[in-house]
Amino acid sequence: MRLEKCWFCSSTIYPGHGIQFVRNDAKIFRFCRSKCHKNFKMKRNPRKVKWTKAYRRLHGKDMTQDATFEFERKRNRPERYDRNVTENTLKAIKKIDKVRVDREARHHAKRMKGKKAQLQREAAKELEQSIHMVKAPAALQQEPSLTLPKLKVKVSQQQTEDNRMEE
Amino acid sequence: MVQYNFKKITVVPTGKDFIDIILSRTQRRTPTQVHKGYAISRLRQFYMRKVKFTQQNFHDKLSTIIEEFPRLDDIHPFYGDLLHVLYNKDHYKLALGQINTARNLIGKIAKDYVKLLKYGDSLYRCKSLKVAALGRMCTVIKRVSPSLAYLEQIRQHMARLPSIDPNTRTILICGYPNVGKSSFINKITRADVDVQPYAFTTKSLFVGHTDYKYLRYQVIDTPGILDRPFEDRNIIEMCSITALAHLRAAVLFFLDISGSCGYSIAQQAALFHSIKSLFMNKPLIIVCNKTDLQPLEGISEDDRKLVMEMKAEAMKTVIGQGGEPTDDNSVLLTMSTLTEEGVISVKNAACERLLDQRVELKMKSKKLNDCLNRFHVAMPKPRDQKERPPCIPQAVLEAKAKKAEETAEKEKRKLERDLENENGGAGVYSASLKKHYILADDEWKEDVMPEILDGHNVYDFIDPDILMRLEELEREESALQGLEADDDFEMDGAELTPEEKAALAEIRKKKSLLIQQHRIKKSTAESRPTVPRKFDKDKQFTAERMGRQLSSLGLDPTMAINRARSKSRGRKRERSPDRGVNDGLHSMEVDGDQQNKKLRLRSRSASRSRSKSRPPGEVVPGEGFKDTAQKKKAIKMAKGSSKKRNKDARRGEADRVIPTLKPKHLFSGKRSTGKTDRR
Repeated sequence: MRLEKCWFCSSTIYPGHGIQFVRNDAKIFRFCRSKCHKNFKMKRNPRKVKWTKAYRRLHGKDMTQDATFEFERKRNRPERYDRNVTENTLKAIKKIDKVRVDREARHHAKRMKGKKAQLQREAAKELEQSIHMVKAPAALQQEPSLTLPKLKVKVSQQQTEDNRMEE
Repeated sequence: MVQYNFKKITVVPTGKDFIDIILSRTQRRTPTQVHKGYAISRLRQFYMRKVKFTQQNFHDKLSTIIEEFPRLDDIHPFYGDLLHVLYNKDHYKLALGQINTARNLIGKIAKDYVKLLKYGDSLYRCKSLKVAALGRMCTVIKRVSPSLAYLEQIRQHMARLPSIDPNTRTILICGYPNVGKSSFINKITRADVDVQPYAFTTKSLFVGHTDYKYLRYQVIDTPGILDRPFEDRNIIEMCSITALAHLRAAVLFFLDISGSCGYSIAQQAALFHSIKSLFMNKPLIIVCNKTDLQPLEGISEDDRKLVMEMKAEAMKTVIGQGGEPTDDNSVLLTMSTLTEEGVISVKNAACERLLDQRVELKMKSKKLNDCLNRFHVAMPKPRDQKERPPCIPQAVLEAKAKKAEETAEKEKRKLERDLENENGGAGVYSASLKKHYILADDEWKEDVMPEILDGHNVYDFIDPDILMRLEELEREESALQGLEADDDFEMDGAELTPEEKAALAEIRKKKSLLIQQHRIKKSTAESRPTVPRKFDKDKQFTAERMGRQLSSLGLDPTMAINRARSKSRGRKRERSPDRGVNDGLHSMEVDGDQQNKKLRLRSRSASRSRSKSRPPGEVVPGEGFKDTAQKKKAIKMAKGSSKKRNKDARRGEADRVIPTLKPKHLFSGKRSTGKTDRR
């Protein structure tokens, strides 16, 4: 019993799922579900299909190289059973998983962090360059603080009414 | 024997057929279309290909004919002579020679015409060259067609020749016509030769096969020979003469004792003596046939003497072969094919004599001696009485003993099968396959190891020093985490104050407004008329507005407004008659000012950033209407004029388009299925 990886989306294929295609040159393609199989038949390149792991790794969305990946390696020679080694391995798998998950989260956070410093610099520059759109340089010279000038609206209607009243 | 199988020769077509075949082949196998517009090299190539193709085909077919017909010098002289007898060697060779020359001629023609074609300068010329070439080739074949017909006849005849192997054991039957040769062969073999009372029933050689002592013998029946000088013999007789001359066979000379064949014994004896030269080195048996009509003892003295003479001759041949001159019986025999008396003995005698002769010959030849030398088993004679048993080394003896022990042990050991049977049989007991595992600790034998954990294959992770590596990993991880914590505590220095933020927001808002306005302008640029600024319907470019904008930027606008006002031209209201009155100038002015101001204010508020539609009857000063009623009437009259046009779906006065109300493609034509009563 072995868990395989889907050739298209790189997800694990559990027993009883998916389809295996053997090409005439004896290369085996395993697919986890018909979605991947159909995409393969359409000759789509997984590196260009956004939701696959291949794309994500290629475009830096997910972690590519890491020490945790080195632990999992397909061994072709069977080893003699040793209970202690097996016990250690089982414990280790759990810990390695935890480490890997943490690292992936960190990678993701770093990606999403944003460019705070850069934005601040840009804002400052924009402010400096385009301040003339809201406060004339002459006014700025007189009053160097950035308080925006208030608009003066003449209250003339009330005056005419008063006049009429007077008349 | 394939050599002598003349059935495999391909059919030789007649001249006309030959031409037809080749020409139609050319037609089919070469490209057929060509236009005069093609490049000249292509045209030339096209026709050259046809000529060459035709020549090639002729060559191939003629070559097959020439090769498949046997060369009379290369085959066994028996067949060579037979074919000569039947078909005349010279005539045969001539025919084949003619075919050969035809082949060469065709080759030459093709070469010449291809050379000419290389310099053909038009389609017509190339084509006529090709026609000429093909025509000449065909005439060559036509001239040769009698030879082709002759060869076809020969082929047909050759295919029906009996397949005689000249090298194997053969028995030849010869004698006068009608003596009973064919009846004899019918008796001893499965051949079905015609037997008729008239002479020359058998016109050619016939072959039958018979068995004797587990060997196969060919029996050849020949047509009857007459006693004539050699030159006078006809073809049929020549066949038998040829057979006699070339085949190494036992000869059975048939004698008709009774004379019912129409020829006397004297005549037959004469024949015998004339062809006895042909019986050289061949076991000869004289067979007296038709003894039911006339037994051998009953013949006349003269005849008996003749017969004895013949027998003497036959005996000579026996002596010549080194056989003992013992039995009369195997030289002169009697039989009757009608009563089947003595037939088998004749056959046996013939076979025996032939076999002896052949065996003797073989024994004399060198080849057999070589073979004989190979078979010899040497048995050493015992020197003394001492026992000398075979010597087996000690190790081998020990190994043997051990093996014997093991097998004994195996029988004593308990088999898995027995265990299974004890514990309930095949369906109940399942053998423990882990019983014989070799592990570091035997307690682990019954362990079940998980193969899958959390979506991983456990086998992929197994490593004796996995713990060490895991420790390293954890150390790394803690280090990384420490770094991260440091990163987070970084202070970001330059934050904007709320004032600055407000200013920035304002800036961005203004920028986006500008962009929006520009986009609207751009998208409507094609359909919007570009009106110069003085016709400012929405009152966008007023001094008030400018003043407001300037003050919003923080500048004092009064000077700018005054300047703008002083520069602007006079407007209609300056020419109004009310201006004449002096007294109420101030007040009027003030009033007028205020009234106008009201107007301006309102219009300004109306045209801030969106256009507002006016009520339909409102009198706009520039239009020239007295009052709303007049304006409304005018609008109504305008609509009335355009009503008719709208009903005709015309866009305006100048629209004189005549649409197609019944387009033909929708109203004509048949339907593939269904009725056409709805369009």
